[in-house]
Amino acid sequence: MAGNIKLRQGTRSTHHAANTTELPVIRWLLTLIAIGFLGVMLIMPLIAVFAKALEGGITLYLDAIVEPAAIAAIQLTLLTIAIAIPLNTVFGLAAAWAIAKFEFKGKNFLTTLIDLPFAVSPVVAGLIFVSLFGVRGMFGTWLIEHGLKVIFAPPGIILATIFVTFPFVARELIPLMHSLGTAEEEAALTLGASGWKTFWYITLPNIKWGLMYGVILTSARAAGEFGAVSVVSGHIRGLTNTMPLHVEILYNEYQFTAAFAVASLLTLMAIVTLVVKNFVEWKVQQQLGQSE
Amino acid sequence: MSIEIRNISKQFGSFTALEDINLTVPTGELVALLGPSGSGKTTLLRIIAGLETADQGSILFNGEDTANRNIQERQVGFVFQHYALFRHMTIFDNVAFGLKVRPRNSRPSKEEIQERVHQLLSLVKLEGLANRYPTQLSGGQRQRVALARALAVEPQVLLLDEPFGALDAKVRKELRRWLRRLHDELHITSVFVTHDQEEALDVADRIVILNKGHIEQLGTPEEVYEQPKNAFVYNFLGNVNLFHGRIHEGRVQIGSLELDSPEYVQTQDTQAISYVRPYNIEIERVDKGQDFIPARILFIRAVGPIVHLELKREDNDDLVEVELTRARHQELALKSGEVVFVKPTDVKIFIPDDYSI
Repeated sequence: MAGNIKLRQGTRSTHHAANTTELPVIRWLLTLIAIGFLGVMLIMPLIAVFAKALEGGITLYLDAIVEPAAIAAIQLTLLTIAIAIPLNTVFGLAAAWAIAKFEFKGKNFLTTLIDLPFAVSPVVAGLIFVSLFGVRGMFGTWLIEHGLKVIFAPPGIILATIFVTFPFVARELIPLMHSLGTAEEEAALTLGASGWKTFWYITLPNIKWGLMYGVILTSARAAGEFGAVSVVSGHIRGLTNTMPLHVEILYNEYQFTAAFAVASLLTLMAIVTLVVKNFVEWKVQQQLGQSE
Repeated sequence: MSIEIRNISKQFGSFTALEDINLTVPTGELVALLGPSGSGKTTLLRIIAGLETADQGSILFNGEDTANRNIQERQVGFVFQHYALFRHMTIFDNVAFGLKVRPRNSRPSKEEIQERVHQLLSLVKLEGLANRYPTQLSGGQRQRVALARALAVEPQVLLLDEPFGALDAKVRKELRRWLRRLHDELHITSVFVTHDQEEALDVADRIVILNKGHIEQLGTPEEVYEQPKNAFVYNFLGNVNLFHGRIHEGRVQIGSLELDSPEYVQTQDTQAISYVRPYNIEIERVDKGQDFIPARILFIRAVGPIVHLELKREDNDDLVEVELTRARHQELALKSGEVVFVKPTDVKIFIPDDYSI
């Protein structure tokens, strides 16, 4: 099947080239506009971030990064990622499994609900948690009585991040699991494999690249989340600042070089994520092609 | 192991997939569940396997109720229509899977698994392909791997869901003959689902014909083909011509044609449907009277040993399909557009359910 599709695409594209070739001038012009736009909107800012960060020399750059408040922010961001990823992986897997492999009432509603964090503004997401766990929130009194702090503390930041990044793994897995169907799992069951072994030996290997992709998107968003985290953080330097919040504070205090130094770290993380993402994306495509 | 199906019913929402099915498959028999799509045959097979649960009724293996046995404990080998091979495993690992996932105390040693897998691969004639992946195999090869994988766990019952449905005609024919031989060697109680009458007639010891969730007829291939119980079975088991007519005291009137039907002597003026197989129609160039009907030849297909003709009755414009031997066709030297005379020689008459008293 996959072979057929490719063949058809191939024929179509040659047709295309033969029938609708533009004048060389127009082709060049269009290419130039595209490259120009890309340069102004993407490449220049990228260079600017690093140029600005290294403006004062490498020592100043390193100082900005190893400063205690910066270290604390980096640590908090990494901690948030470290907690959000496993939880969202498990949630996402469970939700995708339920939606892709079973028929039940309210399935469409659940699918829509999973998308909610995408649709809602991050600020609103943050406010939801304030209204739940804040001093005047639903559980506020109970939390105070038990000496627990969620809002303006790391737990709130982690909760908000989990909320915002919840859909990524599930969204990635639902169509993949759907296309894989249930036949292989059923075959494993009839061969005597337990539910757990079936998941471990059959389901997981089949979805691993899709799962990886979801995890990468989750970590990228978790690292960069600003709005929701900003609402619940309280901006206590060295305690409840994540990297994006730290950048904003530095920027507001006119410490441009330091702000850009930390920002360059975030950018680097993003670039690495993109490279890994592209690799995984390619793997997923390969697998989908195979499954046809 | 024998399979006993007792009063099985299954509903999907408002759709009745199976209604009060009773069926016994004796040990060692190869039974075909035959029916059009939506007849419930696959659902029944999945219920036997434990992949689906019945709303009512029970499945007995060797007289023992399987209600409390989950899929893993039923010891059924299941072969899926689209093979359902584990795509990320080699052929060897696919076949070995059922042995490898056994709990430690009943798991064979590595060497035993190796030996058993190679035995099975040679049984299905795929010795050299142990290290390939499923995508590198043809459809027929994949289905044989699926069969080897199902046999690896030494199942008591083998269930096959349209096993040859996704293969091309030639491979399908080869593979079903091969399956028959394999069954004669292993004597595993087997049930296979198909919508292809030819396949069922060719392979099975007995055929169960299903329609709309219930059994229409059960019998050997000869029985169901020669003595179809009702119109549905007759219609389903091969090409037929259908003539509408009326029946009165053992005489059927179909247009200008009148036939005897002794089994309906008691029937008073009722609508009846007559079925005639295309090879049970005679053709003559001249009118020989006696029930010959004039018909115009629309189309002749003279490929292979049997010549197919399509005709239109002159008296009522009904289409008639006729099959002649090549010799007879040459003798008559028919051309399309000609008017000839046809006469059904063997007519099956059924009174449609709606009109029966």
